[in-house]
Amino acid sequence: MTIHRTVRTALQALRRNPMRALLTTLGIVIGVGAVIAMMEIGNGSSSAIKKSIASMGANTILILPGTAASGGVSFGSGSVMTLTPQDYEAILRECPSVSSAAPMVRARTQVVYGNRNWVPSAIAGTTPSFLEVRDWMDLSEGEVFSDRDVLNANKVCMLGQTLVRELFQGESPVGKEIRIKNVSFRVVGVLGAKGANMMGSDQDDILIAPWTTIKYRISGSTLTMTNQSSSTSETSSTVNTLSKLYPGSQQSLYPVKSEIQAADNPMPVRFTNIDQILTAAATSEEIPEAIEQITATLRERHRIRQDEAEDFTIRDMTEMTKTLSSTTKLMTNLLLCVALISLLVGGVGIMNIMLVSVTERTREIGLRMAVGARARDILRQFLVESVVLCLVGGGAGILLGHGGSQLVRLFLNWPVENSPGAIAAAVLVSAAVGIIFGYYPAWRASRLDPIEALRYE
Amino acid sequence: MALIELKQIFKTYHIGNMRVPVLKGVSLQIAAGELVALMGTSGSGKSTLMNILGCLDRPTSGEYWLNQKEVGRFSADDRANLRNRSMGFVFQSFNLLARASALENVIMPLSYATDTISDREARRRGREMLGRVGLDDRLDHEPSQLSGGQQQRVAIARALINRPPVLFADEPTGNLDSNTSSEVLRMFQELNREDGITIILVTHDPMVAQHADRIIRISDGVIVDDVGYRIEQKPQAVIAGRISDSGDIS
Ligand SMILES: Nc1ncnc2c1ncn2[C@@H]1O[C@H](COP(=O)(O)OP(=O)(O)OP(=O)(O)O)[C@@H](O)[C@H]1O
Ligand SMILES: [Mg+2]
Repeated sequence: MTIHRTVRTALQALRRNPMRALLTTLGIVIGVGAVIAMMEIGNGSSSAIKKSIASMGANTILILPGTAASGGVSFGSGSVMTLTPQDYEAILRECPSVSSAAPMVRARTQVVYGNRNWVPSAIAGTTPSFLEVRDWMDLSEGEVFSDRDVLNANKVCMLGQTLVRELFQGESPVGKEIRIKNVSFRVVGVLGAKGANMMGSDQDDILIAPWTTIKYRISGSTLTMTNQSSSTSETSSTVNTLSKLYPGSQQSLYPVKSEIQAADNPMPVRFTNIDQILTAAATSEEIPEAIEQITATLRERHRIRQDEAEDFTIRDMTEMTKTLSSTTKLMTNLLLCVALISLLVGGVGIMNIMLVSVTERTREIGLRMAVGARARDILRQFLVESVVLCLVGGGAGILLGHGGSQLVRLFLNWPVENSPGAIAAAVLVSAAVGIIFGYYPAWRASRLDPIEALRYE
Repeated sequence: MALIELKQIFKTYHIGNMRVPVLKGVSLQIAAGELVALMGTSGSGKSTLMNILGCLDRPTSGEYWLNQKEVGRFSADDRANLRNRSMGFVFQSFNLLARASALENVIMPLSYATDTISDREARRRGREMLGRVGLDDRLDHEPSQLSGGQQQRVAIARALINRPPVLFADEPTGNLDSNTSSEVLRMFQELNREDGITIILVTHDPMVAQHADRIIRISDGVIVDDVGYRIEQKPQAVIAGRISDSGDIS
């Protein structure tokens, strides 16, 4: 019996009871639909995550100062100041896998223009190479400040789109003066739009200035205090302790030094520190090498012995990428499990209805055998019937799942991505379900005795 | 030479531990081109014998020779092929596919033929066959839209679609009134005379049996009477030639 005739016979048989066929395949429809929708939505969000990681600079390696600890209490990252501008220069010089680097001094304070003000989520003191590291080379207006500006601690800055919108309201900011802590800065450029990062924070809410300017003119009094009203005349060169975080409840751990004691034990003159060093590996494959090289360089510069802990922390995006994509992968896998269970249930439904069908059509089977159908012809006919049933269900499921993910895209604005692989897999899986769960009923049909089948009432 | 030869056929059913002997040593010969009626009381074993003759069932012991081949020892697949190519069946209860048209019913056995023919050729042959049984105007009717006699004629057309040399009919008129009965029987006679098809039909109706050339009576699993033309007396050389020419019996 030719295969297309078998398929036609199967379709005729299914057409006899379309409602039953529909209900039977519901499990497959839902299972396949779920798989397709999940794959499309899952793929969409993982590529959205990838895109947003790329927008943060996928090859970025962040070097943070180490943690201070006192009596088992850790003060968290950045609580000691161990990174210097010289470290940054050394990294650039000595680490071949690092393609660019930028020092970072952070501040958080009010920016004022005319009668408007705004506290940007980041005020970054850095060098022009920051834009290179962050892969943020496109400016929407003006130009980047120069290395000379950094050297001279010139009062120039660049603004992110959000800041421009909040302060200037349609005016062009280039050439205008803004004030930060009563220091006036000239705006030289406006950064291109970058959008939110994968954590959802707005990357355009930023002000960039030479790090020297921020360090010496602004951050001296704002580094540890974001609240300007309570800022005291501290300098950033003091070691940050818990008591400084809560100025209202000052609590000294040690007896306060008297003037004479201080004079007897002079504090070593501290170097200028920076808050972070942002570096970029040449390629994402070189990230591990770059980290190794940076670690070696910094250990040597900070004179850390073999058995001592590092006084700095290195973070890179691969960890974050991995974490995020493993989260989405976990979700996708969980949903795939649900879909597989649904397919299993659907398969059992198919098996059930095929057994009913075999019983109902016993006389037909007997007749077909009487006119010359061999056992394998009968087996094939019922197998094809169940595969056709499953494929029809799978097709409906693909349409349903695709439609569902398109609805999600339209109404929830979730990123979705078509997944031809999932569609191919769905077709294969539904055919497999048809074969696996249709086999037993088909086998039962093929084993019928022609006379008994003909006599069956 | 006999087309069909049964030698000491026994058939015993087993129900639990009980042995139910149904056929108790049946021997007979049927030549090509005969129209034989098999008669007997209810439960005498006519259908059982028919099933063995039609290769739907195997005897418990004994030999069944069909065209010089011992088909009693054939495998299930070989018997299926034999049924497809060399035998036609007409059942008392028509046994048509309910939701299929007359034409589809008639060409159904062609799907199982080993030498597959194209769909168009199959439909052409189906139409021709339905024409033979006088149903050219009922091609697309489903069985439920046909009268009993018409349904049986569709069944006959289906039995003949592969041009088998032998036709078996188990009570073919059992569900028909006397008018349609004789209509069907006339058709059998015509097929027998004009096409030389060997026909074996089971009946317990003497009126039906009268249409046959030869009447075999069976009672309690043995042949008790065999009335009619002897093999040698039937001038059917033409028919025997036709059968061996087409080489239908494998
Ligand atoms: N599958 C079976 N198992 C056990 N006994 C059977 C089976 N088939 C038939 N028989 C028995 O064999 C005997 C003959 O049955 P068969 O069907 O051949 O009778 P019949 O001559 O065709 O009768 P009728 O004219 O009523 O059709 C019956 O007594 C029946 O009980
Ligand atoms: Mg009977």
